[in-house]
Amino acid sequence: MACIDARGLRKAFGATIALDGIDLRVEEGRILGLIGPNGAGKTTALNAILGLTPYQGELRVLGRDPWIERDRLMRDVCFIADVAVLPRWIKVSQALDYVAGVHPRFDRAKAEGFLAKTAIRRESKVRELSKGMVTQLHLALVMAIDARLLVLDEPTLGLDILFRKQFYDSLLNDYFDRNRTIVVATHQVDEIEHVLTDLMFIDRGHIVFSRSMEEFESRYVEVMVNPEKVLAARALKPMHERQVFGRTVLLFDSADRQQLAALGDVRTPSISDLFVAVMGNQGQGGAAR
Amino acid sequence: MSTQTNAMPDAPLESQALAPAAIPATRHVYWALKREFWENRGIYLAPLAVACVFLFGFLITGAHHLPQKMRAASALNPMQLHEQIEEPYDIAGGALMGTFLIIAVFYCIEALQRERRDRSILFWKSLPVSDVTTVLSKASIPFVVLPLLTCVVTLVTQFLMLLVSCAVLAGSGLSAATYWSQVSLIQMSLLLLYHVMTVHVLWSAPIYGWLLLVSAWARRAAFLWAVLPPVAIVALEKLLFNTSHFAAFLGHFLSGAGTEAITAPHTMPMDPLTQLTPLKFLSTPGLWIGLAVTAAFLAAAIRLRRYREPA
Repeated sequence: MACIDARGLRKAFGATIALDGIDLRVEEGRILGLIGPNGAGKTTALNAILGLTPYQGELRVLGRDPWIERDRLMRDVCFIADVAVLPRWIKVSQALDYVAGVHPRFDRAKAEGFLAKTAIRRESKVRELSKGMVTQLHLALVMAIDARLLVLDEPTLGLDILFRKQFYDSLLNDYFDRNRTIVVATHQVDEIEHVLTDLMFIDRGHIVFSRSMEEFESRYVEVMVNPEKVLAARALKPMHERQVFGRTVLLFDSADRQQLAALGDVRTPSISDLFVAVMGNQGQGGAAR
Repeated sequence: MSTQTNAMPDAPLESQALAPAAIPATRHVYWALKREFWENRGIYLAPLAVACVFLFGFLITGAHHLPQKMRAASALNPMQLHEQIEEPYDIAGGALMGTFLIIAVFYCIEALQRERRDRSILFWKSLPVSDVTTVLSKASIPFVVLPLLTCVVTLVTQFLMLLVSCAVLAGSGLSAATYWSQVSLIQMSLLLLYHVMTVHVLWSAPIYGWLLLVSAWARRAAFLWAVLPPVAIVALEKLLFNTSHFAAFLGHFLSGAGTEAITAPHTMPMDPLTQLTPLKFLSTPGLWIGLAVTAAFLAAAIRLRRYREPA
């Protein structure tokens, strides 16, 4: 059974189409990065998966319909939607008490263990904590829940780089195992690059790119060529071209690496470079239509 | 999305075997209520504060003048004596009831709006608690928790007043027994409980239901949205048809509660328990229509909490 299985998932807000019939399948044990510009439909897709919004089309999360069975599904699914959504009046100890009270799979000792590594005091109220600490607290609560799917929607937006790094390191080291699935939506692509097993770009309600990281690494090649070899390189039909310090960087999909090596320095592109290339081509395609 | 599966075939079985039993609904309600007490400490602090202030006031003024009053009271007939002695107790009950009404209104108006305003609804909804449990737990604050709390606090307050009075009278050489016999705490408490449950809970239920509904619906200024529609209907009716049926209906609804539940609410006879007319109250169609409307309001509030986009 796939962890998430969507067919023809569609959602419109009035005349605005947020999701235009997307198909999506996430197997268990994967870490999927969902990447797209603002208003691309990331949050809408995640809200549908979490049972926060009604939708059209078919959607199964861990075999359940999230809109009908949100409360049941939340025993197996956890999410952090946005930064700092913990209620500001709650005390850290109350948050622990409450989650322990209502969640059958919450391991309080584990949460206390995570908190012990931070500067968060049990008697503090959330409003007295810094934004980074609120995120740490939320992560400690979530990581102490033995869930099968964790959904993160911009969980580190606006935090400084130390917190962001720490956030993803804890997730990988202390939480992730082969039974769990994680879906992350974020702008900060490069930080999660080493974490992901799968990659998906979403734009204007469509999935425009979907590959596993193995495929991504084997298929896409970036070559930095000197001016005299640019024409020869262009003949090989790059999907994108940009200038860096007077040299041209060309991005190829499924090209012959040896052939490219003769033209310049070959390397695997970063996700953000590929993202720009894919979105750039989308934009041209859109303009041509 | 990926053709390759890393998950071991026995992994789902293993995690299912480890899954603990579901948490019973009663525990969800317990924690939902606890959460309301954490968030809205006014629910219990306000009645306690009012009770303390009242007791303090009673201690320095009422109790001080009590011996004089009791000496002068010997000229009064038993009815007047009873009324005069019970007066401060009635005032205490009234003050706490007023507190109850104010807290209930302000609680309801905020109950479902604040979690959306501060976006903490995204946290609450990430936990396995249904919208039905959440909304009904919140509704139980004005319908069950506050009335019971008010009655208990009132009873304790009146009991302390009685103790203080008896101590003062005994200290000044007067008979505490006469005084004691005039104050029937149990009867007052039963009366209060009956009054609160009939007039301020059952009859007024549509008001709380309406406030909760507006709270679930309005993005901001919930109080305005709660008051505006009735006022607008009254104004429009007057303007278009030059009639005031809706205003009359509202007036009847807001004032009509007591008349059905208690025959003569404004006089205090020796045995007020005989004045209660629960059967008449329960057989009023208006009561049941009101309760049905309340149920509809609450159902709509549950639906709104479920459907409202989180952003």
